[in-house]
Amino acid sequence: MPSQIVQIEGTAIPLRGDNIDTDRIIPARYLKSITFDGLGDHVFADDRKYLPAHPFSSSIFHGASILLVNENFGTGSSREHAPRALERWGIRACIGQSFSEIFSGNSLMIGLPCARVTRDEIEFLMRSAEQEPKSRLVINVSDLTVQAPGRMVRIEMSEASRKSLLNGSWDATGLLLDHYDEVQAVARRLPYVRGF
Amino acid sequence: MSSTLFQKVWDAHAVRRLPTGQTQLFIGLHLIHEVTTPQAFEMVRSRGATVPFPTRTFATVDHVVPTLDQSRPFADAQAEAMLATLERNCREFNIPLYDMATDQQGIVHVIGPELGLTQPGMTVTCGDSHTSTHGALGAVAFGIGTSQVRDVLASQCLAIDPLRVRRINVSGSLRAGIYAKDVILDIIRRLGVNGGVGYAYEYGGSVVDRMNMEERMTICNMSIEGGARVGYVNPDETTFNYLRGRPFVPLGSAFERARDWWMSIASDQDARYDDEVTIDGSTLEPTVTWGINPGQSVKINERIPSPDDSNPATSSSTAEALDFMGLRSGSYIKGTPIDVAFIGSCTNSRLSDLRDAASVVRGRGVAAHVKALVVPGSKAVRVAAEKEGLDQVFKAAGFEWRGAGCSMCLAMNPDRLEGRQLCASSSNRNFKGRQGSPTGRTLLMSPAMVAAAAIAGEVIDVREMLSAEEVGD
Repeated sequence: MPSQIVQIEGTAIPLRGDNIDTDRIIPARYLKSITFDGLGDHVFADDRKYLPAHPFSSSIFHGASILLVNENFGTGSSREHAPRALERWGIRACIGQSFSEIFSGNSLMIGLPCARVTRDEIEFLMRSAEQEPKSRLVINVSDLTVQAPGRMVRIEMSEASRKSLLNGSWDATGLLLDHYDEVQAVARRLPYVRGF
Repeated sequence: MSSTLFQKVWDAHAVRRLPTGQTQLFIGLHLIHEVTTPQAFEMVRSRGATVPFPTRTFATVDHVVPTLDQSRPFADAQAEAMLATLERNCREFNIPLYDMATDQQGIVHVIGPELGLTQPGMTVTCGDSHTSTHGALGAVAFGIGTSQVRDVLASQCLAIDPLRVRRINVSGSLRAGIYAKDVILDIIRRLGVNGGVGYAYEYGGSVVDRMNMEERMTICNMSIEGGARVGYVNPDETTFNYLRGRPFVPLGSAFERARDWWMSIASDQDARYDDEVTIDGSTLEPTVTWGINPGQSVKINERIPSPDDSNPATSSSTAEALDFMGLRSGSYIKGTPIDVAFIGSCTNSRLSDLRDAASVVRGRGVAAHVKALVVPGSKAVRVAAEKEGLDQVFKAAGFEWRGAGCSMCLAMNPDRLEGRQLCASSSNRNFKGRQGSPTGRTLLMSPAMVAAAAIAGEVIDVREMLSAEEVGD
């Protein structure tokens, strides 16, 4: 059951490039399974095969839990397998210039925050991770900051995301089943549900 | 009154404001398929939850089904297991399933409108980003992930934030040989692959007003490729004429009452939008992608850009795309030899798409080195096309005529590119590896342009193959 997510601490892995899509995060052939098991082994499978210097193949970033990305990360399909694969690899939070809406929504649904920063700030964070891969970042969801070595950076996320992480309601099923009489009432009012 | 369709539909389906500030939104139609649901059903079961509105969910199978030999059990054990799992889940929760044994099976975004399941004013979700397709009927339709599929199964609701609305007017009229696909590729190129994040796109203007429903579906389908989770067109007479007589659409006086409600949810004349964009449809040309995202496209007579002349923020993407595609900046996409031609997918596999392609193919032959296939979007499309003899036109030219499914759009089935093959494709994504080979390359274009490329063996301007009558000379 969901828990409150207030602070995420760990080393970071920088993944440069705009528009990194869900087909690259987890190629479709790995979706042919009725569970999410084993997805962590296939994260960026094709990119890693064809780009030998891929950060996810580098032992330097082993154990990293904060993914640093550029623009429009997670563009493409609605496959929740994408954040699930990252999570199974060890990622607990993403920081980037921008995210696709479905990707960041899916990430939130599994308690994996996606926080936005400016271009200059992501460049600073990526550079420090590249230069000092063992240095740790601390993301604070409550005051929307990330503490990097020698610098505090402000992060952005929607107020709904922030609240649902802080109060542990990012898994919404329970919330949606409260006051279920109100759901029945809406259904009864809708002409296509009631019958024209 | 100065509301948009989006606002009216949202208000009609809002249950309450959640403590997080999000809206609890009632979902009127939930479409499901074999790929993004097994884990969702498992979560519903493990939490001891039920499915309170089983008649508001409909299932079909499309992503993993083979299009050549569709008999069960499938040769691919994983694909067979996914179908068996969906069948078991649908039985357990009493959800109607259009599986391989039924006449209604097909790509989920083709059969929803075809059966009249999708109607104006509904909220529609599916574990698939191309759910925006259903907005063509005046629904608010969007893709969701597996945990959200769980929420809709268990509660018929989602916790979600509202979107802003951008009105996109396509004015003027399209010239001959220009199709809905060219319109949406142009919109994505102009507004960017992430230009629509946080927005619903409302399409209108004289070009969209004159489009048939299938053309509107093509446009709404690719909204998500521009970052917009929702794309829609206000319902009008074209919509009502399309809906009349479809299996799930009310009949007789109930249809008239439905029509009144459908008209009432259209955007008001004086609706206020968060943003507005106008594109002159008369200036559009056949459009083809040259890169690795759907925003990287050129008009057929335009040069492929170079990393230097694109904006500094995107120049690294341009260089990466050119390198992957093996294309030269400054050259023309026209004349690029192709290996495979694919007509299909939820974007362009409907009867009118096949008619457009067939009109190019008729009396001609596929180039010897090209593998060409036509994959109808549903069994019903396949039957209707055969009734018109379109299958004969394609087969006589050397195209393969397949069974319904997602096929080579995403290669979760036996249809896939090999090695560095280059595919002229009527699908929606040209991402690296999308069509099944990690080094395979995709050029997105209209079905008629794919047909023309299949015949020429290289990318050409389809207008060179249309009769003088068709291009209006």
